[in-house]
Amino acid sequence: MSGLALVGHQLRFDQKAFWRNPASVGFTVLFPVLLLVIFGSIFGGDKVEIRGGQVDTDTYYVPAIITLAIISSTMQTLAMSLVIAREDGRLKRGRGTPMPAWVFIAGRVGNSIVTALLMLVLLAVIGGLVYGVHFPWDRVPAILLVLAVGAAAFSCLGIALTAAIPTQDAAAPIVNFLLLPLYFLSGVFIPDDQLPSGIIHFADVFPIRHFFLAFFDAYVPGGAHAVDWGHLLVVAIWGLGGLLLAVRWFRWTPRSG
Amino acid sequence: MSYGETEAVRGIDLEVSAGEIFAFLGPNGAGKTTTVEILEGYRRRTGGEVRVLGEDPEHAGRAWRDRIGIVLQSNSLDPYLTVRESLELYAGYFSHPRQVDETIALVGLEGKADERARRLSGGQQRRLDVGIALVGDPELLFLDEPTTGFDPSARRQAWEVIAGLRELGKTIFLTTHYMDEAQRLADRVTIIAGGVIVAAGTPEDLGEREQAATTIRYRDARGEEVSIETVDPVRELHRLTAAALEAGEELDGLEVTRPSLEDVYLDLTSTAEAAGE
Repeated sequence: MSGLALVGHQLRFDQKAFWRNPASVGFTVLFPVLLLVIFGSIFGGDKVEIRGGQVDTDTYYVPAIITLAIISSTMQTLAMSLVIAREDGRLKRGRGTPMPAWVFIAGRVGNSIVTALLMLVLLAVIGGLVYGVHFPWDRVPAILLVLAVGAAAFSCLGIALTAAIPTQDAAAPIVNFLLLPLYFLSGVFIPDDQLPSGIIHFADVFPIRHFFLAFFDAYVPGGAHAVDWGHLLVVAIWGLGGLLLAVRWFRWTPRSG
Repeated sequence: MSYGETEAVRGIDLEVSAGEIFAFLGPNGAGKTTTVEILEGYRRRTGGEVRVLGEDPEHAGRAWRDRIGIVLQSNSLDPYLTVRESLELYAGYFSHPRQVDETIALVGLEGKADERARRLSGGQQRRLDVGIALVGDPELLFLDEPTTGFDPSARRQAWEVIAGLRELGKTIFLTTHYMDEAQRLADRVTIIAGGVIVAAGTPEDLGEREQAATTIRYRDARGEEVSIETVDPVRELHRLTAAALEAGEELDGLEVTRPSLEDVYLDLTSTAEAAGE
């Protein structure tokens, strides 16, 4: 098989394994849906001030939770599943076959991007049907561009993060410890206008807030432009940093044993 | 061959011929896995020359990997893929894979083809592991402790699978810490302990050591324990019993024992490990 055909081959089996794994379906697929329903029910009807304008809370939370779902299907899924496969010896075994290393990684990243796209569709449909949040068809190119940059960047960060996770048991706590506080501080869980400016300055150091704002601009019409290149650039730079760390520190053999 | 800061193995000289089952036998920590990982291309060595299928594993590429199959010490399966899917996945990596159904039959998992790996027993998972290594139709197969932790019936099944590979003409490099496994499966056995080779030969050669030393034990007339090691137990016994009869004495608790292969192995490996410390 050629390289690209082999990526498709790998991706096909990665998708099967993903959908059969209750942990990945639960956390990556159902959890964001649950969050959207919870936030929509609690805060529905209020207004949020963001980016110099005012939007309904529902309109706010649909792109916010899609942001979370994209990060979850890329960074979180990759960090956890690669550590599990590494400690199981599956990565080592793969390196012992003629499959090139890049094919394996490309298959896994492809799996994450496919899942991220499905989550975009699922949450947009729920947002439209349940909360009446109109899907901006004219913004599709912008949405896909922001999703592609974000998915690539957070995939790189997830792969890089595996180097800091010593065991399978440590994977979930470490990933959640990093991501959950940043969701709160970056306006994904708590509406932007409720966050003190000190917190926002702190969150601005990290890529989640920038990705959220870039995605919000693409998803919610009314802003000046569909693509905020500044925020997208910060996300891309984080991704590049992750890529460099991953190239240097990623390991194929188990840490334990 | 050495690895890392402390030499894990040294002066190991091995030659494995095409088509043979070669057993690399030794206790845990003897340097088996270090050696096999150097041969598989996973580890760098600090010295020595290694050629596997004509190439240095450290620098060998995809074409070389297309010709080898590896079974690691612990199972490495995707728990959510079925037997058939796992084999299809790995078959895709190789240029001339063996048919998936044929591979399933080879490792005796016909009844479990559509079962997910996580629902298989430990022995079945191990056989799937061997199947994954075979699906690329390799010339050379590395099996690192294929039956460690198995119950007797699972071991027997795994042995049947491995013995069946001989008919396919595969070269097999087997590491194990079970003497009986090496004896049962291998054409040639090399015993390693404390990072050095302590014995090598066919299982029959090693078996002859068994006859080399027989121990005769008894208590003499004063009640003292006597233990004699001999290579000629028949004449030694005749001499002892004749002398006892002549003197009108008994040989209390007379016992003639020959060490089992296991004893030979334990003796060899414990001596080497003590020397290594």
